[in-house]
Amino acid sequence: MSNKRDAINWDTTEDEIYELRLFVTGTSPTSVRAINNLHVILEQHLKGRYELEIIDVYQQPLLATSEDISAIPVLVKKAPSPVRRLVGDMSDTNKVLRGLGLL
Amino acid sequence: MPSKKTLLTPKQPLHELTKTLTGITGLDEITMGGLPTGRPTLICGSAGCGKTLMSLEFIVRGALEFNEPGVFIAFEEKADELATNVASLGFDLNELQQKNKIKIDYIHVDRSEIEETGEYDLEGLFIRLNYAIDSIGAKRVVLDTIENLFSGLTNLAILRAELRRLFQWLKNKGVTAIITGERGEKTLTRQGLEEYVSDCVILLDHRIIDQISTRRLRVVKYRGTTHGTNEYPFLIDEEGISVLPVTSLKLDKPVSSDRFSSGIPALDKMLSKGGFFRGSSILVSGTAGTGKTSIAASFCNEACARGEKSLFFAFEESPTQIIRNMRSIGIDLQNHVDTGLLQFYASRPTLYGLEMHLVAMHKAIKKFKPKVVILDPITNLITVGSVSEVKSMLVRLIDFLQDEQITVMFTALSLNTVVNEQTDEGVSSLVDAWLLIRDIEMNGERNRGLYIMKSRGMKHSNQVREFLISDEGLNLIDVYIGPDGILTGSAREAQMLLEETGHVLHSHAIGVKDSELLRRRKILESKIDSLKSEFESTEAELNKSYIEEAIKKDVMEQNREKLTTLRGKELGTIKSKNKKSKK
Repeated sequence: MSNKRDAINWDTTEDEIYELRLFVTGTSPTSVRAINNLHVILEQHLKGRYELEIIDVYQQPLLATSEDISAIPVLVKKAPSPVRRLVGDMSDTNKVLRGLGLL
Repeated sequence: MPSKKTLLTPKQPLHELTKTLTGITGLDEITMGGLPTGRPTLICGSAGCGKTLMSLEFIVRGALEFNEPGVFIAFEEKADELATNVASLGFDLNELQQKNKIKIDYIHVDRSEIEETGEYDLEGLFIRLNYAIDSIGAKRVVLDTIENLFSGLTNLAILRAELRRLFQWLKNKGVTAIITGERGEKTLTRQGLEEYVSDCVILLDHRIIDQISTRRLRVVKYRGTTHGTNEYPFLIDEEGISVLPVTSLKLDKPVSSDRFSSGIPALDKMLSKGGFFRGSSILVSGTAGTGKTSIAASFCNEACARGEKSLFFAFEESPTQIIRNMRSIGIDLQNHVDTGLLQFYASRPTLYGLEMHLVAMHKAIKKFKPKVVILDPITNLITVGSVSEVKSMLVRLIDFLQDEQITVMFTALSLNTVVNEQTDEGVSSLVDAWLLIRDIEMNGERNRGLYIMKSRGMKHSNQVREFLISDEGLNLIDVYIGPDGILTGSAREAQMLLEETGHVLHSHAIGVKDSELLRRRKILESKIDSLKSEFESTEAELNKSYIEEAIKKDVMEQNREKLTTLRGKELGTIKSKNKKSKK
């Protein structure tokens, strides 16, 4: 499971597109939780305004180096700036929203 | 160091701990073979004590000397910053990275960028580490400084668990790892965790005593093996780190019976065997201005003249100053410096602490490999340490020098004019030979007297000699022992003159006596002559009467015969006439 592209691009007029990358490690419990939690949050708050790339660092260790990943799972918000890193299984919805700049 | 490696190999069948040589000078001796192979080692210490450098040197030396590629995970400095920092040590990190000998990975954790949204782990770090190790086949790993994770991430429970997992993971991976850690308030590390999960803990320390800083190293723990437990000073200089394993005080040094000259022929004569033993230690002590440095320079000059390398540690004067000053007594040290036989090593005692001096000297000696070492003067070291510290340092230095069969000459300044049995540094019991120069103050002048206080293993003169420094060099002269004690300087000269005068007078007196005798003889001889002539005249007189008598007799005989013949003509008448005339 290399590149899981979940780019849903419906309406681009209202706001900037959120460029997101989620780094996970295979199907570890926290990774799975993180993916599920994130999906729920994104569908609720950013429907159609995000590009999410889920990367398994087991498969692409070089990306872990170039993206400077240590804690996992981590969601990297590339755009809009500022760049933010959201570490954890995304169970704290408030923190996720604050990290994404939605609160 | 290769010998250590061979020592270790036969142990392996016993499943004893194998060790990995670090290549850092001295550290392998203290740890008796290096760090535990395939296990994590913690290097901890406060800021600026050399953790990063020591761990980086471990990686670089491994790559260069032992062909063991290494991974350096930096949490504090970026790869190019690290490369710049160690470029001054002659380590070219970029080149080594290109050759896939080492790999540097910079992990940055910035709290301001991070939002913690739940449970997580550090698997990303593990993956990167794993990838880096596998990509170059690394045998060595350094994590510097892992605690930086704690500043970026807040969930201590997770971090501690992950750190523990990391140590275990490193063990399973079979890499020899160094983890560096900042020193905590009461524990060795801030988290108080690493020291328990590491198999070997090395504590670095940077202490300042009396404004002089000394870096020290101590192996706090080392599972499954013996190790040196003391604090060892270490030095960071342009060649990296050198640690000095100082107390190997086994008294089993090889000794030599070779002797060599001190550079002062008269001094050699005072020693029964014509000089000092090779590998011995000689102490020259005396008050200020007694010529200690001159003796040392002469000693060193002689060694160079024999073609032996000499190393001159100057703690008081600069090399050029010494060379200039020694030229005035006819010793040309510049010549030896030019030929490379003599090397000066001048440093202010206050430059660094005693232990650092020892490390620096150790290093200089190891590098130059001299046969003769001069320390001028050791007294100045007192300014950076107490007497007992200086003594223990000198013990170790002498120990090391004897091991290397290097002859050493110390000069020491006696601070008081009354030279007692001990020098200030208390090293007199350690040295093999002790020359004492003392001032002899008499008749308004000051002269130098030299004597040999002790010289182990040889007979030596018990005489005090006058020590003369002239344009031609150094010399020793017998002092005059008069009724007022020993005489030196002009008093000695005066005494010599006095004796010379006496001699002249004496010979004059003898001359006078001789001529008197001659005169007497002449008188007596003339007396004898006059007596002789008197005797002759008496004899002549006696002879004269005797002859007269004889002549008279003859004449009378002739007369009688004439008368007889006459009477014969007249017969009886003439006879009676003759008788009458006879009556």
